[in-house]
Amino acid sequence: MLKKSDSSNPSLLRRLLRNRSGTAGLILVTLYLIIGVLGAVGVTPYPSLEQHARDRLKPPSVQYALGTDLFGRDVASRLMEGAANSLRVALLSVAISASFGTLVGTTAGYVGGRFDNIMMRVMDVFFALPALLMALVIVSILGPGINTTVLAIAIVYTPIFARVARGPVLSVKEMEFVLASRCLGTSDARIIARHILPNTLAPLIVQVSLALSWSLLTEAGLSFLGLGTQPPTPSWGVMLSESRGIAEMAPWLMLFPAVAIVLGVLSFNLLGDGLRDVLDPRLRGQKG
Amino acid sequence: MIRYLAQRAIAFIPTLLGVSILIFGAIRLVPGNAIVAMLGTEAGMLTETQRQSLEVYFGLDKPPVEQYFNWLGGVVRGDLGLSVRHGQPVLDVILARFPVTLQLALMAVTIALAVGIPIGILSAVKHNSIIDLLGRVLSLLGLAVPNFLLGTLIIYVLSVYFRILPNSGDYVAFAENPGRNLSQMIFPAFTLGFSFSASVMRTTRSAMLEVLGQDYMRTARSKGLNEGTVIRRHALRNALIPVITIVGVEMGYLLGGTVIIEEIFALPGIGRLVFNAISQRDYALIQGITLFIAFNFVIINLAADLIYTAVDPRISYA
Repeated sequence: MLKKSDSSNPSLLRRLLRNRSGTAGLILVTLYLIIGVLGAVGVTPYPSLEQHARDRLKPPSVQYALGTDLFGRDVASRLMEGAANSLRVALLSVAISASFGTLVGTTAGYVGGRFDNIMMRVMDVFFALPALLMALVIVSILGPGINTTVLAIAIVYTPIFARVARGPVLSVKEMEFVLASRCLGTSDARIIARHILPNTLAPLIVQVSLALSWSLLTEAGLSFLGLGTQPPTPSWGVMLSESRGIAEMAPWLMLFPAVAIVLGVLSFNLLGDGLRDVLDPRLRGQKG
Repeated sequence: MIRYLAQRAIAFIPTLLGVSILIFGAIRLVPGNAIVAMLGTEAGMLTETQRQSLEVYFGLDKPPVEQYFNWLGGVVRGDLGLSVRHGQPVLDVILARFPVTLQLALMAVTIALAVGIPIGILSAVKHNSIIDLLGRVLSLLGLAVPNFLLGTLIIYVLSVYFRILPNSGDYVAFAENPGRNLSQMIFPAFTLGFSFSASVMRTTRSAMLEVLGQDYMRTARSKGLNEGTVIRRHALRNALIPVITIVGVEMGYLLGGTVIIEEIFALPGIGRLVFNAISQRDYALIQGITLFIAFNFVIINLAADLIYTAVDPRISYA
C-alpha cells in the first residue's frame, strides 16, 4: 500500500534507477520524448515533407543520416515528426482513457451494488471485441485521421482503466480509516479524493505506462492499415507500410521505422515494468 | 455442473446484447448509405424509385429501433440478414471464411504453446541459465515487436533472400491441398504465434516459480520421485491454470483480431472480411461478424472454465 507521504523513502526516481528495466525504460522514454519534442517544434534536419527530386531513394549518408524515400524526403526528419505524431496520439488517448476509466471504476467500486454491476457489465461489452476491431469500427464511423485515432484508442482502453481502478477501491473502502473519515462527516467526493484515490494510484501509474506502449502499437497498426495518421503526414506505421514493395531496393525504408516502433513500444513497457516493481511489488510477475 | 454452465451462459446474454446494440447504434452513425456505397459514389445513377425499392428490399427504410428488433428477431432464428455487398445471407458469408481464421488461430496457439511452455518451464527450473536468458529476450521481443511489423519483415526476408512469396496466388483450403495450404498458413501462424508465445512463456515461468516454492514439491521429492515426474505431475499441472486462462483470452481475440495479418498475407478470413465490410459499409455483415466474434469470445471463455476442472480437480462447479 502506498503511504500518503513518501518523504522518508528515497524518491521514486531514485528507486526507479535502482531497477534495471526501470533505468532502461527511463533512458529510452527520455530519448523518445526529446526526439518527439524536436520533431514537434520542427527542429529536424530537413522539413519532413520537403521533396528532394534529385536525391530519391538515397541510402544513409552524411547528407541524409537515415537515407531518403521514394519522393526524396529525409527519413530521419520524417521519423522525428512521426515520433511527435504518435506521442501526441498516445498521450492524448491515454490521458482521456485514464481519467474517464478511473472515474468510472472508482465510482462504480465506491458506490457498489447495482450501479457497480451495470457499469462493469457495460465495460465487459468492450472486452468482448478485440481492441483493433473496436478501433476499426470507430474509425469507419468517424473517418480516418489523428483525432479519430485518439478517440478510438481512448474508448478501447477506458474499460481497462476502469477495471484497474475498481479493484483496489473495493478493498480500501472497507478499511477503518475510511469508516472513521465517514463518521467525521466527510463527503463522499472528499473521501474518494483524499483516501481512496491515493491508494489506487500505484497500479494506475503502472497501467498508464503500459497503456502508452499499447496505444503506440495501436496507432502504428491503424496507420499501417491506412486508417490512422494520413499520408503525407509522417507516422511510423505509414512509413513501414509504404516501405513494402520497395524495401528490396531500399531496405533502410523498412529498417528504421521498424526499429523506431520496437524501441518506442519497448521504452514505455520497460518503464511500466520498472514502475510496477518499485511501486507495487505484489504485482511482480503478472502481465498487464 | 450443467446448472453452472447454464447460469454462465445466461450471464453472457447481456454482454452479447450490449455488443449488438453498441455496434448497431454505432453503424447507424456512419456517414453515407449502404446502397449508395455499394453502387459507388454515383448515387445519381439511381432513380429515386430504384433507390427506395432497394432500401425496402434490405429493410433500410424503417426507423433504426425497428430495424434493430427485426434484425435481433432474425438472429435468434439464426438469420443474420443479407449482405448487401455479397448478395448472400451474412451467416453463409461468415461461415465460408471462418475456417481460414480458425485454422490460423489454432496453428498460432499451437506454435505459441510449443515454444512458450518448454522455455517457460526450463527458465523457471534452471533459473539464470542460458534458457532463462533466451526466455527473457523472447519475452521482450514478443512485447515490443507488433505482429504487423513481424509479418512485414518475414515477407521481406522470404521474398528477398529466399525468393518465396508466401502471399502470392490464391488461397487453397487444407482439404484441397494440405501441403500448399500449410505453406500458405505457416508464416502468418508463426507471426501471430510469436508474440503470444512470449506471454505463454512469461505466464508459465512465473506460475512455475510460484509452484516450485510450495511445500508439496519438497514432499514429492522426499518421497523419492525423480525430478522429471515431480516437474510434470506436480509442478506443471498446478502451473497450467493461468496458462489456460490466457490461451482462452488469446484464442477469443485471434478468432476475430487477425485483421492486419490476414491483410498482409492476403488470407481470406474473418479479419479481412470485416475490414472490407467496414470500408464498403456493409452494415449487415459488420453487425453479423462483430456479434459472431463476441459470441466466439464468450464460448471460448466458457470452454476455458471447463478445462480448468479437467486439469485441476480442486475446481468444481457442481
